Amino acid sequence: MRILSFIKGYRRDAFLAPLFKLSEAVLELFVPIAVASLIDTGIAGNNLGYIVRMALLLVLLGVVGLAVSVTAQFFAARAATGFAEKMKSALYAHISSLSELDRDKIGTNTLITRLTSDSTLVQNGINMFLRLFLRSPFVVVGAAIAAFTVDAHLSIIFVIVIPLLSVIVALIMSFTIPMYRKVQNSLDNILSRTRENLSGVRVLRAFGKEEDEKNAFEGDLASLNDLQNSSGRISALLNPLTYVVINLAVIAIIYGGRARYEASLIEIGAIVALVNYMNQILVELVKFANLIVTMTRAIASGRRIEAVFAIKPSMTDKENAAEEGIDGSDAISFSSVSLTYREGGEPSLSDISFTIRKGEKIGIIGGTGSGKTSLINLIPRFYDATDGSVSVFGIDVRDWKRSALRSRIAVVPQKTRLFSGTVRSNMQWGDQRAGDDEIRKALEDADALSFVMDKDGAFDSTVSAGGKNLSGGQRQRLAIARALVKDAPILILDDSFSALDFKTESKVRHAVLSTDKTVLLVSQRTGAMMSMDRVIVMDKGRVVGIGRHEELLSSCPIYREIYTSQYGGDNENS
Amino acid sequence: MKTAEYAKTLRRMLSYIRPYRFSLILSILTALASVLAMLIFPLLTGRAVDAIGSGDLSEFLRYVALMAISASLTAIFQFVQGLFNNRMAFSISRDMRKDLFHKINRIPLSYIDSHPHGDIISRMVNDVDQVSDGLLMGFTQLFTGVITILGTLVCMLSVSWIVTLVVVLVTPVSLFTASFIAKRTYNLFYRQSEVKGEQTSLIDEMVSGASVVSAYSMEEENQKRFDKINHSFAKVSLSAVFYSSLTNPVTRFVNSLVYMGVALSGGLSAVYGLMSIGGLSSILTYASQYTKPFNEISGVVTELQNAIASASRIFALLDETEEKDESALPVLSSADGNVGFHSVSFSYRKDRPLIEDLSLETRKGMRIAIVGPTGCGKTTLINLLMRFYEPDSGYISIDGKDIASFKRTSVRKRYGMVLQDTWIKKGTVRENISLSKPDATLSEVKRAAELCHIDNFIASLPLGYDEMISDEGDGISEGQRQLISIARIMLSDPDILILDEATSSIDTRTELLIQDAFARLMEGRTSFIVAHRLSTIKNADLILVMKDGSVIESGNHGSLIEKHGFYYELYNSQFA
Repeated sequence: MRILSFIKGYRRDAFLAPLFKLSEAVLELFVPIAVASLIDTGIAGNNLGYIVRMALLLVLLGVVGLAVSVTAQFFAARAATGFAEKMKSALYAHISSLSELDRDKIGTNTLITRLTSDSTLVQNGINMFLRLFLRSPFVVVGAAIAAFTVDAHLSIIFVIVIPLLSVIVALIMSFTIPMYRKVQNSLDNILSRTRENLSGVRVLRAFGKEEDEKNAFEGDLASLNDLQNSSGRISALLNPLTYVVINLAVIAIIYGGRARYEASLIEIGAIVALVNYMNQILVELVKFANLIVTMTRAIASGRRIEAVFAIKPSMTDKENAAEEGIDGSDAISFSSVSLTYREGGEPSLSDISFTIRKGEKIGIIGGTGSGKTSLINLIPRFYDATDGSVSVFGIDVRDWKRSALRSRIAVVPQKTRLFSGTVRSNMQWGDQRAGDDEIRKALEDADALSFVMDKDGAFDSTVSAGGKNLSGGQRQRLAIARALVKDAPILILDDSFSALDFKTESKVRHAVLSTDKTVLLVSQRTGAMMSMDRVIVMDKGRVVGIGRHEELLSSCPIYREIYTSQYGGDNENS
Repeated sequence: MKTAEYAKTLRRMLSYIRPYRFSLILSILTALASVLAMLIFPLLTGRAVDAIGSGDLSEFLRYVALMAISASLTAIFQFVQGLFNNRMAFSISRDMRKDLFHKINRIPLSYIDSHPHGDIISRMVNDVDQVSDGLLMGFTQLFTGVITILGTLVCMLSVSWIVTLVVVLVTPVSLFTASFIAKRTYNLFYRQSEVKGEQTSLIDEMVSGASVVSAYSMEEENQKRFDKINHSFAKVSLSAVFYSSLTNPVTRFVNSLVYMGVALSGGLSAVYGLMSIGGLSSILTYASQYTKPFNEISGVVTELQNAIASASRIFALLDETEEKDESALPVLSSADGNVGFHSVSFSYRKDRPLIEDLSLETRKGMRIAIVGPTGCGKTTLINLLMRFYEPDSGYISIDGKDIASFKRTSVRKRYGMVLQDTWIKKGTVRENISLSKPDATLSEVKRAAELCHIDNFIASLPLGYDEMISDEGDGISEGQRQLISIARIMLSDPDILILDEATSSIDTRTELLIQDAFARLMEGRTSFIVAHRLSTIKNADLILVMKDGSVIESGNHGSLIEKHGFYYELYNSQFA
């Protein structure tokens, strides 16, 4: 497995843990020897001093065993948790490096399960593996070798039994790994529905869907339960099968032993010794069986994690990607751009070409689903065009270093999203170094200053996840302010005034337009288009008109329709 | 950890086991049977070996056959016990998840609005798994362990009751050390589970907000935040895993001391002729056999701490106050739509009053527009109408009857609601539109889509009405989501409408196109409309002008303009 490389940095721990575990097993071998000599030499020889010495030796073995085993547990725990920490960190980084499209494909829910539940299972697996993987084979093979020294002939049974047990373990693992993977997939559904019932609580309760959701969830639970039971059923075979195989081996030893005893080739004592060695294997394998289940689940989960690592980001920075634009070039230019989201679906954008000069204030207008958001999503390279090319400051967005490109573009998305923290921490998304003055200015321009100052703690007042403790209008203002804090040369507002009243909207719009930034303003309202340098009119994924408001009124029927829909009849702005 | 609380958690876990007590009893019985068969096996082996010595072939074969039977019986019982244990552990985790989900459906919205979803999710997914794992291990090893101990005790008693007594008195020392460690690991496990909740919240927030994260190039900053929580998780996890793994070596050490004590005293007794060498050796064998299960059990005890810690987080959520029980309340099956507010006061936080002493009456069929600056309480009004939140004092009535005197769901079903924050359920387009009316036929769904002029878009999807859509970005625009939300209420037949900026992302041409449909929908129905577009507001029968939580002006457009008040100002500002 490739993820095993995360053990790097914990190699020493991962090496020492099993080694100490092994020493513990070796020490355990001395206990019966010490006791035997206590009986043979001490008692038989009536040697009181020897008995006490041997007893002290037993204590010493116990103390050393304790120290060795505690050390082993520590190294195992440190290697396992350290491994998991590194793996999760890398997984998170990998997820961050994926493009919007990649993430849409895999889905947020399963990413959460893989970063939590699956990662924990892998951590447990590594921990158990380090504790037992050297120890158990050592005891098993050691017992077999010891058996050979007693009677090579009968020890053939050991040679048959050990591979047989390995085959059983391998078979059960190969059956259950895919099953445990299905269990985890099913857990994704549990998580998904829980998450959905939290995020959609208002709509679901408004429609009284509680009962339906409960039934659907119970369906999810039932199928999880089925999968757990069927994988558990096979895993539950492991211990009994091991037990039967080993005890049949014991019977074989006795049976074969009897024949050899009759032929005077072996002593009774030797038969007993062989049986004891077989029992040692049994005791060890019972422990090992628990490890196997943990390991199987860890492998299944590890594969799920690897599947995420295996997704190559569909968008990467080229080598020597540009970090600066070309002086004197246009701000944005589209050349025959098309975009299709869904395979087999109709294109969301087709054959779009236009150029925006630096400092221009551009309005974008068009019907619902006409491709406005799709168009602006291409500029910071959230998505790549299916055909054609998009350039920013004279350089194709695919040749830009994405972080450099995005540092030049501030976007206020249509769907506002704030993050848990404070007003300040949210503002500093725009600029980590932004101080009170910058934040104050941005909040003021976004008409958010007064309500922020009204809150306990003002800039340091709490914002809960998604900004749920704020009203829709307040969230939108903060999102605008966040973009203003960023102070990028290109500002994109994607229908960002929808939750603002007119008064606020015109105020904010004026503040935004009175800079030398290149501004793209998506809006439904022709009123907002009047003050723009040029307006791009979109319809069904195509640009159907570009020009000033007055020009478009005469040249672009769609624009005129939109205008009439707002300024028709009673000549009312709405 | 308070002992009383701990005991309570434990008792509650037992209450989850109760429905499976027959499985539990069968599990214990099969454990008993398999252990007995297992304990007999060495005896049979001994007899068989003796028979080799005596050369009695038929006796030898008999014992060998008995050995085979005993081994098979053990294996079968073990397997059956495994099935019972699996069933119990998985069923209990299913029951817990069922209860948690049921809880999520009954908990007030205020809880869901104010708690990180990731933490709730982590309880549902990770904590329940932890409980299930702990219980499975407990069932499997605890019963077998205890029965093995009892069985060995009987065997030991048959050899020497004095030594048995000594061993019985001394071995619990190992259990004490185990519980000493266990108590200390409980807190660590609890903390581990908490941090996992925090981490899940962060992942939930950042992965679902990934588009904003990349827009602001916050990947590195976020990575730091993630790594910080990740590191504290690793730290607490290391402590929890390490300290809990101490139980086994420590109990083993204590037991080896016991063993040494037996060896020393036995050895000395033998020297003084108080005991035979043979007797000593068999007692030593039993002593070691007897202490082994203690080692196993002590491991289970710490693993159970982990389960109990997770269980207490699950129970904490299950103990949250629910929305008032209303099973005895009648159903509000229909309404004319005369909605009234009667001295309603409400605030999200006690120290920040929002709506105070609000009273108003609306008549069936009225269009009520709610206007006012952001944060003035427009959405709060809707929260109260929908009973997402309950008033602190006063009440809201429909047709003169307090809505709190009916089943909540039945009140909500009277409304057709479209919110500004659209929400798409993961499912097909058809499922999404028919959310309000699951038994709607395809032609009804299509009709609703046509009325909302979203039918062309749906037709352009590869699978049309069967295309899967979800709340996370997939090329469906915000306006289209709003149209789907509107189609939902077009399909249902609500008595009262609530439209909170329902068309804010829809272009005005489409809005004109669906206006007729909207007008027909509103006809005869009371509707509450939050909007910025004046055309909607101007045609309203009643305009409520809100500021800082109270209605400062009300009336129709004409009368409010005449008044030259706040509304007048608001109206004129748009032309500024």
